[in-house]
Amino acid sequence: MRHIISILLENESGALSRVAGLFSARGYNIESLTVAPTDDVSLSRMTLVTRGSEEVIEQITKQLNKLIDVVKLVDLTEGPHIEREMLLTKVNATGEMREEVKRLVEIFRGRIIDVTDTTYTVEMTGDSQKLDAFIQAVKGAGILEVVRSGVSGIGRGPKALSLQ
Amino acid sequence: MAELTGAEIFVRSLADEGVEYVFGYPGGATLHIYDALYKQEKIKHILARHEQGATHAADGYARSTGKTGVVLVTSGPGATNAVTGIATAYMDSSPLVVFTGQVATSLIGDDAFQEVDSVGISRPCVKHNFLVKDVRDLAITIKKAFHIANSGRPGPVVVDIPKDVTAHKAEYFYPKTVSMRSYQPKVEGHPGQIRKAANLLLSAKRPMIYTGGGVILGEGSAELSELVRLLGCPCTNTLMGLGGYPGTDPLFVGMLGMHGTYEANMAMHDCDVLLAVGARFDDRVTGEVDKFCPHARIIHIDIDPSSIAKNVPVTIPIVGSVPDVLRELIRQVKESNKEADKAALEAWWDQINEWRKLSCLNYDRQSELIKPQFVVEKLYELTGGDAFVTSDVGQHQMWTAQFYKFDKPRRWINSGGLGTMGFGLPAAMGVQLAHPDALVACVTGEASIQMCIQELSTCKQYDLPIKVVNLNNRYMGMVRQWQEFFYDRRYSHSYMDALPDFMKLAESYGHVGMRIEQPADVEGALKEALAQKDRLVFMDFITDQTENVYPMIAAGKPHNEMELGPCASPPVDTDRELA
Ligand SMILES: Cc1ncc(C[n+]2csc(CCOP(=O)(O)OP(=O)(O)O)c2C)c(N)n1
Repeated sequence: MRHIISILLENESGALSRVAGLFSARGYNIESLTVAPTDDVSLSRMTLVTRGSEEVIEQITKQLNKLIDVVKLVDLTEGPHIEREMLLTKVNATGEMREEVKRLVEIFRGRIIDVTDTTYTVEMTGDSQKLDAFIQAVKGAGILEVVRSGVSGIGRGPKALSLQ
Repeated sequence: MAELTGAEIFVRSLADEGVEYVFGYPGGATLHIYDALYKQEKIKHILARHEQGATHAADGYARSTGKTGVVLVTSGPGATNAVTGIATAYMDSSPLVVFTGQVATSLIGDDAFQEVDSVGISRPCVKHNFLVKDVRDLAITIKKAFHIANSGRPGPVVVDIPKDVTAHKAEYFYPKTVSMRSYQPKVEGHPGQIRKAANLLLSAKRPMIYTGGGVILGEGSAELSELVRLLGCPCTNTLMGLGGYPGTDPLFVGMLGMHGTYEANMAMHDCDVLLAVGARFDDRVTGEVDKFCPHARIIHIDIDPSSIAKNVPVTIPIVGSVPDVLRELIRQVKESNKEADKAALEAWWDQINEWRKLSCLNYDRQSELIKPQFVVEKLYELTGGDAFVTSDVGQHQMWTAQFYKFDKPRRWINSGGLGTMGFGLPAAMGVQLAHPDALVACVTGEASIQMCIQELSTCKQYDLPIKVVNLNNRYMGMVRQWQEFFYDRRYSHSYMDALPDFMKLAESYGHVGMRIEQPADVEGALKEALAQKDRLVFMDFITDQTENVYPMIAAGKPHNEMELGPCASPPVDTDRELA
């Protein structure tokens, strides 16, 4: 099963490599990983997408919790949550595909943010499945470049992953 | 307040932390610190002959006392040489703080002379590590390092200190305590879980208690003994757990696992309720996991949540410190209105005593060659079972675990997790320094001892009267044994050719050397050596080259498929119906 684990991490140099090192040393897979500082400069927020059986995910969360730099974590997939990822992609836009790509961008509620005679650069956010679907859809036009931010996520409702 | 240099802060911090010994080896990056050490008398520095030796010595000190071992090495090769010792401590959860010198902050990343990324290299084998970039962070980082190393599940912590940080100045303040929002180990177990565990134990017909190094690290031996006696059930220890429960007690069924006793492993296989305490279900203990304790519901007590249900599913997990949880468990068992099934327990013991009759550890006592087991047995007798015993890795380690009955915790000191050859002698140095009047023996093999033989020089410098028992079979015995069993006797590179004359070697280091070649001389030699209270005696026992460690569970086999040695009595019929 796919799990989205959200982590509050001490904003220390080396904290990221501890997490990455843990995953490679123990043979867990990382589908995506994003990390950036929060409103509290001493804390970073990391979102990690991984796959594994219930036992593997249990070990992953325990091993993450064991890292001294990990302050708190939550497996977002255990409850209702919102997942977002941003995509930037450059696609061919020539001939009749020029109109078709534009139409697809509208359907998927993306935006064209840069234009040349032959290309469009598209920005889009959504859950990973939506971005996958869009990429699938514009493949015919010819994709020149794909840049994905990796998933970030947040729980629904008033409860927050914070120090309190 | 007057400002101190980083080097002075370093030394003051260690003194305020109550550090007695620092095991180390100097170099360019630590020269300021060595200069500060020179100017004080509180902290004693023990100069090893190799950074691996220094780290193992600090580890031996830590394991035999429960206090944190402290190491100081230089940057680059000093740090890399220490890595084996750090990994050894990590695998056995031994509390160490290892200070590594580092090139100046301005040079970090430039491939400067003697620069390595010590934090990066050590990351997978430390509990935590730090790079101190500012002298103002030095004291608090040292405090955190000691706090982390010796709380919760203990482990090594590396603190990397660039040379310029040891020269810069700051005000000195060493906090008495430190609290970290991201690190708060849990001590007390969940009372509801403990109640469930008490009820399950009391409902057992064939209960079994299996305990590991966590009982020793957590200082839970007294509580463990009380619980085992209260329940009247059999108790087995892992290699790391020996001494956690008295080895001479009738309820003790010996070590379990690959070279454990027949009775311990059979009881594991047949038990219906297993209580695991401070043990981590290592593959050398479980054998084939799918066939591990097939009839048992399992209760697991451990301070490290990630140890629970890592290798084997558990019915009742309890996270907490061993003595705290055991005290509560004892209380709950006593207060429970449930009665243990006395008749079932009696039948269980009858079965166990049948298994015991096999004398699975028996060996040929008539041999004309020195049997290694005989040497360990005699060592046990002549030391009254009260010595500190370190070992290296191989057959001699297993024989020591089998034949030296440890009644007390922290007496048996070996590298169980990493299996580091070269551990025994330097570890014994740390033990002897911590217990100057105690008898410290190092049981080793001619291959292992050569991995840190240079420490004989350290032993001379600090007058450490260790008794080295070298079980010299002219083979890497454990490797030879596997080649005999599993590779059709193709003894590929396991013969120790061109051995030194250990007697003369010991003498050249200024110690007493002995060579013993006849079984009849074993006892006399040991007596003579033990009588030399102030000298290191190196006893080179020329032993039977072909002896194997029995019983044995081949890797990947379950507990009830043990191979017995040629001297065990004929196997009993174990093919019974289980209730
Ligand atoms: C540093 C290291 N290298 C290799 C091994 C693999 N190994 C395990 S036991 C052993 C042989 C040990 O021989 P010896 O010290 O003579 O002890 P014996 O088994 O003969 O008692 C070896 C090579 C190890 N455990 N550690």
